[in-house]
Amino acid sequence: MAVLSMPANTALTLPLRHLAHGRTGDKGDRSNISVIAWHPALYPLLVEQVTEAAVAALFAHRRPSHVQRFLLPNLQAMNIVLDAALDGGVNDSLNLDSHGKALSFLLLQLPVTVPREWLHLCRLPSIHPRP
Amino acid sequence: MNAVAQQPLWIGAAAGFSGDRTDAGRPVVDTLLAHRGPAVLIFETLAERSLALAQLARAADPEAGYEPLLEEMLAPVLADCLAGGIRIVGNFGAANPRGAAQRVLALARELGARKPRLAVVSGDDLSGPEHHGLLAEALSKSLGEGNAGFAIAGAYVYLGAEGIAQALRGGADVVVTGRVADPSLTVGPAMAHHGWAADDWTRLARATMAGHLLECGAQVCGGYYADPGFKDVPGLAQLGYPIAAIDADGDCTIFKAEGTGGVVDEHTVKEQLLYELHDPGAYLTPDVVADISQARVEAVAPGHVRLSGVRGHARPATLKANVFHRHGWLAEGEISYAGPGAEARARLAAQVLRERLPGLEPLRVDLIGVASVLADDAGRLLAARPAGDADDVRLRLATRQRERRAAERLLREVTALYTCGPAGGGGVRTALRERLGIVSCLIPRERVPVRVEWLS
Repeated sequence: MAVLSMPANTALTLPLRHLAHGRTGDKGDRSNISVIAWHPALYPLLVEQVTEAAVAALFAHRRPSHVQRFLLPNLQAMNIVLDAALDGGVNDSLNLDSHGKALSFLLLQLPVTVPREWLHLCRLPSIHPRP
Repeated sequence: MNAVAQQPLWIGAAAGFSGDRTDAGRPVVDTLLAHRGPAVLIFETLAERSLALAQLARAADPEAGYEPLLEEMLAPVLADCLAGGIRIVGNFGAANPRGAAQRVLALARELGARKPRLAVVSGDDLSGPEHHGLLAEALSKSLGEGNAGFAIAGAYVYLGAEGIAQALRGGADVVVTGRVADPSLTVGPAMAHHGWAADDWTRLARATMAGHLLECGAQVCGGYYADPGFKDVPGLAQLGYPIAAIDADGDCTIFKAEGTGGVVDEHTVKEQLLYELHDPGAYLTPDVVADISQARVEAVAPGHVRLSGVRGHARPATLKANVFHRHGWLAEGEISYAGPGAEARARLAAQVLRERLPGLEPLRVDLIGVASVLADDAGRLLAARPAGDADDVRLRLATRQRERRAAERLLREVTALYTCGPAGGGGVRTALRERLGIVSCLIPRERVPVRVEWLS
């Protein structure tokens, strides 16, 4: 089910995946995750809610030493860099996914509150199934 | 500058990593041939650690050490590229660029193709004992004094585009390299074609980001992108590989080979543009420091996306080198539980193994189907998750140990779960692998001479 909760008539809380997409990259023990708005009008919501603190909380079990967010307004995108988040990275990690390739989909679970009138700008396949 | 050099250069990518689809190049070459303009085909086949593996292969067999799929990748396109004037640049030389070049020559002969003019770019291999002093100096800076005393299994420095450009200016049909920075495979041909200077930072930075879009092959064309219902990609089984048309100012338009699956749009391009990036204002390469903080990505026609607004700053004074060392053993064991109570039985098996292997640290536990790749080595995520009733669970245990004998204990204990563990466990698989560690350091550029050799 796409809709997590409906706190009021004016806003919905959805997983980030409905507002943005992203891909994970890695260099050593550093992970970077891009977050790219599906629509330019959604970008300010991402800037407001996909903060360094929100990401750090979601990745707390990974114990990143530092979380830094770089904003790219021309691209309606941000690059999130997590230091020391990969248990040593490809060299040392015992994870099957030692690159952390799957981590973008952890970030895409972040709950984001969206005003109801912007809902049509989001990707809502479970509400409007595609052929 | 002559009229030909004013034309955009089309650069097609036929591989984005070692092990990529070997039938990718054919549609790219067909598209480049139909275009009839100046064109280059690039192969990127070297991930961070492929070189160390290639070096181990060469130690076992002096003829080996280059990309194992070289022939499968080149055979379908080599003759047509040579006949049609499409030049080929690849880092498929890996740990043995001369060996790879000899193989390309032999392949051209076998195919009855025109004899190619072959250039080998070298200087990247710092594995020999004559370089150990230089490495020790660089490592003591990056690790601190006294921490650089491990046995070096191999060392390679990331070269830039200049050797490639020099080879192409000299008339090479095929340029074989070992370790060069991935975007340099694109920057070299663009420099040679458009006649840019080595300090033309803006243009080099633009070509660098074009190269960044190309270097992972299909990843900019809808590969590694699909997410059904959210990001639908047609024709993933016949995915097209990308082509960048790079103009005299370095800006590029990216699209994919004709008659292929996949998709190129603003979203696929943005996703690849930010891939493996740290500070978007300072993407460090041997050629230039590229800055995409003001970059723009814009669809100019269906399936055609323009990248502009990239800026450049002077290249770093040092080059990055990766030093490989033997790094102990990785042991992994797995067993499956299914049906009612599967998760409880898998959790019990994990508990039994912890008791059986006291002191074997670190010991990672995954419950595949419950929590695995998103979790951490210390097990914090799994511990925080209440036991559920998943009915198809694969238990995985993993450890890393300096000593092989210690690592092997894990394998034996997982296997013994067959008769001593919880009910119904099946499908045990165990694996033991030696690990290579990588330490990076910075080498002053002037200490690394680049050589271009010609083969005939």
